[in-house]
Amino acid sequence: MSRVTITINGRAETREVEDRTLLVQFIREHVGLTGTHVGCDTTQCGACTVHLDGRAVKSCTVLAAAADGAEVTTIEGLADGQTLHPVQQAFHEHHGLQCGYCTPGMIMASVDIIRRHDGMLDEHTVRHELEGNICRCTGYHNIVKAVLDAAEKHRAAHAVAAE
Amino acid sequence: MYATTYHKPRTLAEAVALYESSDEPTYLSGGHTLIPTLKNRLAAPQHLIDLRAIPELSGIAVTSDTVVIGAATKHAAVAASKEVKAAIPALAGLAGSIGDVQVRHMGTIGGSTANNDPAADYPSAVLSLNAILHTDRREIPADEYFQGLYTTALEPGEILVRLEFRIPDIAGYAKFRNPASRYAMAAAFVSKHRDGHVRVAITGAGNEGVFRWTEAEERLTENLTAKALDGLAIDPSRMMGDMHAPADYRAHLVTVMARRAVQNLGGTHIV
Repeated sequence: MSRVTITINGRAETREVEDRTLLVQFIREHVGLTGTHVGCDTTQCGACTVHLDGRAVKSCTVLAAAADGAEVTTIEGLADGQTLHPVQQAFHEHHGLQCGYCTPGMIMASVDIIRRHDGMLDEHTVRHELEGNICRCTGYHNIVKAVLDAAEKHRAAHAVAAE
Repeated sequence: MYATTYHKPRTLAEAVALYESSDEPTYLSGGHTLIPTLKNRLAAPQHLIDLRAIPELSGIAVTSDTVVIGAATKHAAVAASKEVKAAIPALAGLAGSIGDVQVRHMGTIGGSTANNDPAADYPSAVLSLNAILHTDRREIPADEYFQGLYTTALEPGEILVRLEFRIPDIAGYAKFRNPASRYAMAAAFVSKHRDGHVRVAITGAGNEGVFRWTEAEERLTENLTAKALDGLAIDPSRMMGDMHAPADYRAHLVTVMARRAVQNLGGTHIV
């Protein structure tokens, strides 16, 4: 057993957990934040994507003990009260989901992509960088539209901020 | 996953001492092969010794002759490094083609090289670029390092600390991926060294893991064009055959990837 402290969505969470505990289990079962989903459990589908110290990772393939002291953002940490994060809003407006199972991971991956590229994205790049997130419903079309729209709004917002 | 005990040593000496004093220990780096293996209960180490907090294993240093990369450096960091992109663009491109974004944010060059998966990308660059592998106790030349599937010259408890790549005149990497797993079904790393020699390393295809295709090297040292490879075939009995691709298909892919690597010297061609 290890005493692990991970700051999740700005709140320090300390738990005594077995060393084999995965980050996704820490988030879902120990802290009770079930927005992060487990899809394949084999590092392929990306449903469990969270941000670990600011970078998108698959939380089914990180040990909680290895994340001791780290900062994690999950899907629950994106919205500002009742106001959706711009990427959440774009997925809503473009209907970038059907069953919704992959959506938390898709959105966390998309936020990471938009930030790393400063919103400078084209369709090819979005499709390439979403390779680690599998959706079995949508055919990806509306997901890509949502990410491109959110990226454009990110650029516009930052252009305004720069002025 | 079976129960295990996690350790995070801060020094090489502490890591080696933990390894030597523990029953059934294993080193952990990015964990993107090891953790899935543990979850499937295909391995059951009693102690996991995480190497990522050891300072000697981090950092990228580029000189006029070499690129030296700490073993715990993540694929995303190699792919994004301006210095690596300028010195050996094919190496940065290779790193940026591994797995997917999330995998590249965790997986490490040392972990991949120590694991020596027959479909991994990095072993081809290490072998083609004639890298020197610095461990906690010695230096191992690439030609002596790779010893078959998942097998290397590393002794039990030995830690890969950093990888020293010679900067070539030019290099190229071409890969044909399995569309589901995104592992290489065949990939070629071709580099022309400053002494004029060309080294061709093939990954994803050989039934003994990464290997040098010496017949192609001889032709390309004479004439570094794709045309120089015309008519050159590789024996399918040296190739892996599985549900994704039979051996004769992989043998064909090797010739195509070698040509594409030559046609894309100074970069990569990934499909």
